[in-house]
Amino acid sequence: MKEPASHANPPVDGSELIRFDHVTKRFGSNTVLDGLDFSVDAGKHVTLIGPSGSGKTTILRLLMTLVKPDEGTITVAGDQLFPASEKQVREVRKKIGMVFQQFNLFPNMKVLRNITEAPVTVLGMSKDEAEQRARELLDLVGLADRCDAYPTQLSGGQQQRVAIARALAMRPQVLLLDEVTSALDPELVAGVLDVLRDIARTTDITMLCVTHEMNFARDISDQVLMFDSGHVIETGPPEKIFGDPEHERTREFLGAVL
Amino acid sequence: MTSGLWELVLQGIWVTVQLLVLSALVATAVSFVVGVARTHRLWIVRFLAGFYTEVFRGTSALIMIFWVFFVLPPAFGWQLVPMWAGTLALGLTYGAYGAEIVRGALGAVDPAQREGGIALSFTPWQRMRLILLPQAVPEMIPPFSNLLVELLKGTALVSVMGMGDLAFSGNLVRLALQESAEIYTYILLIYFVIAFLLTRVMRGLERQLKAGVGKAPRKTGTPPRRAPEGADAVKVGGGA
Amino acid sequence: MQWDWGAVADFMPHFWDGLLVTLQALALGSVISFVLGLVWALLMRAPSRFVRWPVGAVTEFIRNTPLLVQLFFLFYVLPEWNITFSALTTGVVAIGLHYSTYTMQVYRAGIEAVPVGQWEAATALNLPPRRTWTAVILPQAVRRVVPALGNYVIAMLKDTPMLMAITVLDMLGEARLFAQQNFQFTEPLTVIGVAFILISYLASVLLRALERRLVR
Repeated sequence: MKEPASHANPPVDGSELIRFDHVTKRFGSNTVLDGLDFSVDAGKHVTLIGPSGSGKTTILRLLMTLVKPDEGTITVAGDQLFPASEKQVREVRKKIGMVFQQFNLFPNMKVLRNITEAPVTVLGMSKDEAEQRARELLDLVGLADRCDAYPTQLSGGQQQRVAIARALAMRPQVLLLDEVTSALDPELVAGVLDVLRDIARTTDITMLCVTHEMNFARDISDQVLMFDSGHVIETGPPEKIFGDPEHERTREFLGAVL
Repeated sequence: MTSGLWELVLQGIWVTVQLLVLSALVATAVSFVVGVARTHRLWIVRFLAGFYTEVFRGTSALIMIFWVFFVLPPAFGWQLVPMWAGTLALGLTYGAYGAEIVRGALGAVDPAQREGGIALSFTPWQRMRLILLPQAVPEMIPPFSNLLVELLKGTALVSVMGMGDLAFSGNLVRLALQESAEIYTYILLIYFVIAFLLTRVMRGLERQLKAGVGKAPRKTGTPPRRAPEGADAVKVGGGA
Repeated sequence: MQWDWGAVADFMPHFWDGLLVTLQALALGSVISFVLGLVWALLMRAPSRFVRWPVGAVTEFIRNTPLLVQLFFLFYVLPEWNITFSALTTGVVAIGLHYSTYTMQVYRAGIEAVPVGQWEAATALNLPPRRTWTAVILPQAVRRVVPALGNYVIAMLKDTPMLMAITVLDMLGEARLFAQQNFQFTEPLTVIGVAFILISYLASVLLRALERRLVR
């Protein structure tokens, strides 16, 4: 039985956890990321904002190794993600959890098993322990009574909260949130965001979010990155970005969405 | 028709059923091994599996049967008993069609499911076993049901080799009675009844499997899924 | 394992004879199945269920029973009813009939895929039913059905060896005859096996090309 890396060697708060060096990603002739450099410190909550199609989601997908960069290097907690062997990549992935826009729950498994499956098969946790932990997490997201439901029997908001519990069950150091409320009906958004605020406040997990919910970004972020045409054009604490943005594009963007 | 002749027909039914069950088992094994291999990340595995499918779908089931009966024994020095020769020929041929069903159904699983699996650090084989196959298998049942009926029809081909299956018993009775219309009508009816029963069983199986993956009540939130490619790509076996 | 190129050379003239018969059977069988399948599909849209029901039952029966036994039926029963065809004709009729029960499903799907608005527009223009079918519905349906029909032609090709069972000298028939006369099974059977794989592979490549053209 193998303990997850996050337990053996917890990152020191404030040390650098994620680093992008000159990362370029093209889809066909379309350059989505153009020599991107940025880093995220452990324990910080960082939000990426910017017009749609500007490559924010691609950053998360690169970190999760769902796509590969064309150039540049990405390191997570000192381990390089590209190039790396499949085995190394899998070790790095264990440090990262992700919540998707479309939830991506497994429809063939009940809610509880959606959460316990990976801890049991990937981390080698005992079934009892995994279930106990899953129940705690379901309690945290307010769905303790839906253990035995299938995902399709839940509302979108409930599915997304299960997906958050599922990602947390792996005890990741980093939680990636990819437009987690975009696919939800408006009345369900608040419930999901409340859960995330709670997690941001009560845990030391590093969060990297892409979101269009500017109020949410302002509430939870330590740092906001304004992103446009493949570059970070402005970065700073939320009060600065939302209160007194320097860059013209940032002002335009915020003017359009706020 | 005398009772002695009916006994011939009954024996024929028994041989047909045995052959059907055995070759269906072989074909299922081949379908899953080759179908899953076609999604493998190594190109050589994908290529070999694709080559197998093209070759065995390209050839005719009857020629396969001739080959297994006449070419294999002198070439490799072993003679298969007719039941196993028939099972092998039918299983390998129809398995190639089944592999296309498996591949199609796997391809129709929402790609986001794969990403969900990656994000939880599953290995490729864990993703296949825990996520993709459980979702794809219920979708495979309707095309597999069609393929099973095609396989049943294909079992008649072994009668050409003199194996005493249902079609062969029809020929024997025709020779005994010197009358064809009645016996062949009966034989066709018996095949039809078997096919009907098979379809029924498969439909029950499908219902059970779909209930097992929480498919029954569909609610909002999940994007609609494409029908598996296999559904229409798969005719209908080579030898009907 | 011994391989005798001499036997291959001896077999080749018979091979070409057999190929010709196979292709003839395939061409004629295809034509019958295309036409008859359309007839079934149109009858299945008849207003009266006294038409739809028997057509549905008969075609379901034919589709779910072995072509080989149907071949025997026609080959041995028709003469008893004083209808005499050559073996090849009997075989072509049986194949065409059998596959018409598949092509009818293709036509049905093609017809159903034509948008309802097309029917409504035809009604709005007061087109008579005949014109609606021939000028509006069928031309649109054909485009959708060609690839699927092509798949059935390839499937039919692979069923033509069954004609051997009713004495037709198609490729397999020729191979078997040659094998029995010369006691050489390996070469003729392998030659026709490879030929089938090549022909059906070429046919599927052609079909995919055709499909791409039609999709545009």
